[in-house]
Amino acid sequence: MIAHPSDLPRLAKKKFLHDAAEHVRDTSHRSFVRKALGGYYTSRDTQKARFRDWEQARDAASLAKWSAVNRLDELLPRFVANFEANGGQVHWARTAEEARDIVLNLLRAAKAKAVIKSKCMTSEEIHLNAAMEEDGYGVVESDLGEFIQQLRGEPPYHFVFPCMHVRRDEISDLFQKNLGTAPTDSPEELTMIARRHMRQLYVDADVGITGANFLVAETGQISITENEGNARLTAALPRVHIAISGIEKVVEHLDDLAVLLPMLATAGAGQPMTCYNTLYAGPRKDGECDGPEEMHLVLLDNQRTAILADPEQRDSLHCIRCGACLNVCPIFKNVGGFTYGTTYQGPIGSVITPHLRGLADWNHLSGASSLCGACTDACPVRIDIHHHLLHNRRNAARTAPSRWERLGHKLFVMVARRPWLFATGGAVFRKTLGLVKAVRPPLVRNWLATRDLPAAPEKSFRAEWRSRKDDILHERS
Amino acid sequence: MNARDTILARIREALRVPAPLPHLKSRNAQAAAVPAAAGGHAGLTVLPLDVATPWLPDGGDSPAEQLQLLTENLEKLRATVVQVADAQAAAEYVARLAHDRGWGRVAYHDHSLVGPLAAALPCETYRVDAPACDKRALESCDAGITTCEALISQTGSLLVSSATGGGRGLSILPHVHVVVATLDQIVPTLGDALHQAKERHAGRLPSMLSFITGPSRTGDIERILVLGAHGPKELFVILVG
Repeated sequence: MIAHPSDLPRLAKKKFLHDAAEHVRDTSHRSFVRKALGGYYTSRDTQKARFRDWEQARDAASLAKWSAVNRLDELLPRFVANFEANGGQVHWARTAEEARDIVLNLLRAAKAKAVIKSKCMTSEEIHLNAAMEEDGYGVVESDLGEFIQQLRGEPPYHFVFPCMHVRRDEISDLFQKNLGTAPTDSPEELTMIARRHMRQLYVDADVGITGANFLVAETGQISITENEGNARLTAALPRVHIAISGIEKVVEHLDDLAVLLPMLATAGAGQPMTCYNTLYAGPRKDGECDGPEEMHLVLLDNQRTAILADPEQRDSLHCIRCGACLNVCPIFKNVGGFTYGTTYQGPIGSVITPHLRGLADWNHLSGASSLCGACTDACPVRIDIHHHLLHNRRNAARTAPSRWERLGHKLFVMVARRPWLFATGGAVFRKTLGLVKAVRPPLVRNWLATRDLPAAPEKSFRAEWRSRKDDILHERS
Repeated sequence: MNARDTILARIREALRVPAPLPHLKSRNAQAAAVPAAAGGHAGLTVLPLDVATPWLPDGGDSPAEQLQLLTENLEKLRATVVQVADAQAAAEYVARLAHDRGWGRVAYHDHSLVGPLAAALPCETYRVDAPACDKRALESCDAGITTCEALISQTGSLLVSSATGGGRGLSILPHVHVVVATLDQIVPTLGDALHQAKERHAGRLPSMLSFITGPSRTGDIERILVLGAHGPKELFVILVG
C-alpha cells in the first residue's frame, strides 16, 4: 500500500515526531496504557512458569517457523494442494490492490447483502473495509475491540488489543450514541451490549471474513486463534467463508501447533491457550450438519517476498503476531500505538514496515527504539528484532545517506587529517561549548531539549598527554 | 505471468540465498537443526513432538494425575467440571441444571453419550443434525450439548470437531455449552490430541477441529476479563466414569 504521496516527502516521519512528542506529554494516557498492560506481565509470567523449559520451547517454536519460511517454495504449494483437496479455493494476490479486488469479486459473486468480519490484520494492511464501503458493502467488525474501533472511526491501536487505549466511559458514550443503549461503567455490561447487538448479525450475514494464524502444509488446514468466539461464529453461520492470510503463515506439520499455539497465547496475552484455536479444512463436508458452502483463501504477498529475499531479516517473517514485543517496548508504552502510523505497531512493525512501504519514508521507525532488546527477549520465535532495527538504519544510510550526515563526515575527515586544524578546532570548541549551552542555537536545540552538555575540559587530551606522559610511562615500567 | 506464478517465482528467487539458523539456546535444538540444515533444508520432522514436548507445560503421567490437572486447569479457566458415575447421573445433572436455569430449549446432536441427556431434559429440545442445522432455530436455544474428541490435561482444552460434535454452530452459538465425555478421552498434551485426530480422520479431515479452552472471553475493555464475549458464557464439562 502506498500510503504517502511522493510530493510530500518525509511526511510519515514528521507526523511520527509530532505525535510522539504529543503523546509523551500526555501522562494520563501513558499511565492508562501502563496500567492496562500491568496485568499482562503478571499473567504472562505465571503461564511462562508452567512451561518446563520456556527457553527450549522458544527454540522449538523458532525452528518450526525457520524451517517453514526457508522452505516456503516447497511448503506453500504443498499447503495449497492439500487445501484445494479439502475443497477450499485459493486466490493469489501480489499486491494489496489485487487482494481487495479478489475479495470484492467474491462478494459480488456471492451476491452478498450482509458481511461479518472477525479480526484480520491483513485486511487492515490492504484497507479492505474502506474498499468494501466504497463498493456499497456494509461490513461489521465482530471482535469487540475492532467493533469499538470501527465505531470510533480509528484503526487498531495495538494489533492484538485494538482498543486498549479507550476508557470504559468513552465506550459507554460510544454505545449510547451509536446503539442507543443506557450508560454504564461496567466492562461486563458493555461487553454484553456488543454481544446482544452482534448476535442477529451473525445469523443474517451471508459472507464471513476472517484472517488466519497458521497454514498447515501437511493437512491443508488453516488455523485461527481467538478468545471471543466471534471468528468461530463468522466461519460457522454465513454461506461463504473468506479467509485472508500472508504467504508466510505456513507451518509444515500439524504437530508444530502443539508448540506454537500455547506459546502464542502465553507470550501474547498471558494465557495457557487462547480460548478458541480452530482448524478449518475447507467448507462443510458431506454428513456435516452446518458450515459454509464455499471457503476461499486469499494468499497475500504485498512485499513479503522482498523480506524473504533479505536473508539477514528473513526471520522477521517468523512473526506469529502475538504482540509480546509491543507489550514490553518502552517506546510503544510512551508514544502509543497510533504514533507509528502503521498497520503493525511496535518493534516488529518498525522492522517490517520499511519493507512493506519503502525504507526511504519509513526508516525513522528504526530510530523508534532504545535498543534495550526487550522485544527480542520477549519474542516467542526468537526474531532478532532490535538488531533488525539497526540493520534497517545501516541499509538506509547506505542507500540514501542524509545530506547533513555526508557533509559532517566530509568535514570531520578534512579536520582529522590535519593535526594543526584538529588542535585549533578543539581549542575553539572548548572555548565555545559554554556559549552553545547558553545560546542553544536552532541546530542543537532539539538535542539539548532532552540532554545535558558536559562541561568542557580545560586542556585537550593531547595537551594532557604531553604533560603527564613521562609519569604514566614511568609508572608502567 | 499470473499472480500465483509470479509469487512462487519470487519465493524461489528469494530463497536462493540461505538464511542463517536462529540463535538457539539449547543443544538439543541445535543437534536437531544443524544436520537438517546441512541436508539442504530444515526437515525437522522430529522436533516439535519428540523433542519439544518435555519443554512444554506438564500434562501429567498417570490417568489420575491427568484428571487432576485437567480439573484444575478447567476450574482456573472458570469452567465447571463435574465427575459422575454413569450416564444416568449425567442425565440427572443436566436435567437439574435445565430446571434451575429455566432453559426453554436445548440443542444437541445425535451421539450415544448425548442422546440420553437430551431425552431426560424437562424442556424442549432441538436436534441439529436431523439432517441439517437451522441457524435461527439454534440461535433460540439456551444451551447446546455436545461430546468432544479429546480433553487435554496440559491446558484444560477440549477438542471438538464438526464431524463428531454436531457441526460448527452447536458448540459456539448457544449461551451455555455442556460437554459430556468419558474419562478415557483425556490425553496429556495438545500434541497427543492432534496425533489422535490425524489418525482418526486420516484421509478425510472434518471441516472444523476446534480446541476450546474455557468459556468465551474478552479483555478488550481496559484489559479486564469478561466471560461470554460472543461464544458461550458458561462451559460445563461432565465426565462420566
